[in-house]
Amino acid sequence: MTFLGWLTIFAFAAILTVLALPLARHMAAVYTGQRTFLSPVLGWLERLLYRAMRVDPDKGQDWKSYAKSLIIFSLVGWLLLYLILRTQTLWNWTGLNPQHFHSAPWNVTFSTTSSFMTNTNWQYYGGETTMTYFSQMAGLAVQNFLSAAVGIVVAVALIRGLISRSGKSLGNFWQDIVRTTLYILLPIAFVVALVLVFQGSIQNFSHYLTSNGVTSGGGQSIAMGPVASQEAIKELGTNGGGFFNVNSAHPFENPTAFTNLVEMLAVLIIPAALILMYGRMTGKRRQGYAIYGAVMLMFLGACVVAYIAEAHGSPAQHAAGLHTGVIHGSGGGNMEGKEQRFGIAGSALFDVVTTVTSCGAVNSSIESFTGIGGAIPMANLSASETIFGGVGTGLYSLLLYVILAVFIGGLMVGRTPEYLGKKIEAREIKLTVLGLLATPLMALFCTAMAVATKAGRASIFSPGKPQAFSESFYAYLSQANNNGSAFAGYTGFIQPNAGNLGSHGITFANLLGGFDMMIARYIPILFALAVAGALAGKRISPAGLGTMRTDNPTFVVLLIGVIVLVGALTFFPALLLGPIVQGLTGHLY
Amino acid sequence: MKKDIISAVIGILLLIVICGIVYPLVVTGVSQVAFPGNANGQKVDVNGKLVGSKIIGQGFLDQVINKKTGKPEVDKNGNPVTVPDPRYFQSRPSATVPAYNAAGTAFSNAGPNNIATEQAFAGYIQSYLQLEKPYNPGLTVAKIPVDAVNTSASGIDPDVSPANADIQAHRVAAVRHLPLSQVMSLVNKYTHGRGIGFSGDPGVNVLELNLALDRLQGGH
Repeated sequence: MTFLGWLTIFAFAAILTVLALPLARHMAAVYTGQRTFLSPVLGWLERLLYRAMRVDPDKGQDWKSYAKSLIIFSLVGWLLLYLILRTQTLWNWTGLNPQHFHSAPWNVTFSTTSSFMTNTNWQYYGGETTMTYFSQMAGLAVQNFLSAAVGIVVAVALIRGLISRSGKSLGNFWQDIVRTTLYILLPIAFVVALVLVFQGSIQNFSHYLTSNGVTSGGGQSIAMGPVASQEAIKELGTNGGGFFNVNSAHPFENPTAFTNLVEMLAVLIIPAALILMYGRMTGKRRQGYAIYGAVMLMFLGACVVAYIAEAHGSPAQHAAGLHTGVIHGSGGGNMEGKEQRFGIAGSALFDVVTTVTSCGAVNSSIESFTGIGGAIPMANLSASETIFGGVGTGLYSLLLYVILAVFIGGLMVGRTPEYLGKKIEAREIKLTVLGLLATPLMALFCTAMAVATKAGRASIFSPGKPQAFSESFYAYLSQANNNGSAFAGYTGFIQPNAGNLGSHGITFANLLGGFDMMIARYIPILFALAVAGALAGKRISPAGLGTMRTDNPTFVVLLIGVIVLVGALTFFPALLLGPIVQGLTGHLY
Repeated sequence: MKKDIISAVIGILLLIVICGIVYPLVVTGVSQVAFPGNANGQKVDVNGKLVGSKIIGQGFLDQVINKKTGKPEVDKNGNPVTVPDPRYFQSRPSATVPAYNAAGTAFSNAGPNNIATEQAFAGYIQSYLQLEKPYNPGLTVAKIPVDAVNTSASGIDPDVSPANADIQAHRVAAVRHLPLSQVMSLVNKYTHGRGIGFSGDPGVNVLELNLALDRLQGGH
């Protein structure tokens, strides 16, 4: 560990907060229908989209109508993406398939499509050996925008339900989607993409390069493509699907330690701003700061543990006789599967940033993390996207936890639970708990299926070890949380040649994972919207002496306690079986 | 229902045009005008021949020629058998197939507690000692910088740690009959600092360093 390593982590948290404040103001303006500085530039496009889509943006929708539009929008998006991916060769006329790739098999495409529609970006394929530029741009990257927007609008709808004093309207789904895409995602992605190219990311449509190398055995083919534009939205939308197989470890995706910081900021900026925006929209900014403080504490805790564990080095390194401390000219630590330019702190921090959110991008190999270092992303996932969480998903999951914490707190002090002046009654609590339990249940059910069946074991990379359990558990936990990061040895795709000729998918892993992602995405969304519907129009009673405060340190502690308890009670046995046993024993298997 | 489907189909098609075609094209246009070198991969040419990308690691390896047939030897997968070229600084180990494959990147996925991982490290350590120990008599396993014997994440890491380069400098200076101080000053020249002063680790760009050595000696 080094001082600069710690500085990287804490400076990052400070910069994030400073940048999130103005974005929160902008986003609050977007969702309350105010004009923003972008309205003169993009207002015409917004109106054109409404006309073409034949929607009246001012017509409010109740929760059922909002949910129906959302589900149909997602299903249509799924179908179009599946078609694009399965017809890669049909688009050769665009010139965006210079390597003449075929399509991946149906089962892998099923997994990929479900994965990008649900903001998961779980990838059994390697981008540079599977996807054409057309599929990446017009297929995958578009869902990077749209799945992010879907997550955000659910959070916005839930906020509207919480604050509405009359009527059942949660806003208009189509207006929210269009505004999110045009006024938030596109402009920031554009700026981030240019910063990435400025630092060394590539952005072209060229044929792969053939390099002779400096020496006779140094020749290589170098993959090209429109990387920066996709990289930007991949981070910003907390999607995480890499243009290349090694994701943000690839020098073309993440060329410098500076871009590493920029990418991490892009991942967390919207989840962070959403929490602060929540404070603005409810008119109770302290409420936003309280939640922000709670998640920031948990985030920094995860960073500290991950950094210490990775800087310590792995049992395999020590058994081989390596010295893993800091020496002059080398940061030491567990450098297996890590890049020199990011170092241990930059890798551990990136790992925490992308697993507390639903991003799932990686700049280092999580499977090669130490036992405890690898348990951190699992613990983050076990918190079900509440430590910032994915764009939108994070905030609505958090708000469900807030409601649960208010309920538990109310029971403890013997008062009727109230939140923002609204009574939390049996109906809301039932919906909240069902919404919160869907994701962990799917994760555990699918893991059990995968380790208990022969078909499931076909995907394992290190059979017969605790690592094998870790791989399987991580796979279905990550997919249930719509994260997409992986212990990447676990596979559902056998691809002997680049370009997909002769490749086949492992149907069991692809289908189980696909349903894992979709069910664990849409069930919580439906329950979150149902809670919003139940709260919308409820009378707001004025706060009195007996009201439990929800914006003070006591509540912060209560909220953290509830999140940790639910996560730990659900997942602790599974965590013990894999990573913790490896981390604590230090044995080689 | 029907109305929603119509809105969704038209909406998504238009958003494909906006986010999937116009957006990447505009980014490409601006990048190609403002940063053409970066946008096209920072190609490095020597005598009109492409020898790599500045930020993509490659192997500084020689093909093994079969003495009987006079042809390059290949392994069971049809990839050429190679050995490190001692005149050059060597990149970090790579887990791609073949090594340093920049069109099919991959992690090693070597688990932290796997016996196979320790064995892989032992292999890299042996190769490193074999190559460097003759020129660094005091070199022991405990003194090897970890990046030198742990695979990089991308498999094409363009950098090595300064400590790793310092050890290799002894070999390169001896093989090329250059003063160590001259090689070390080139190492320092091609060492980049941390991101905005504090983030990440310093690294030595291996390709740039090796090409500078070649230029110094009029090309090899």
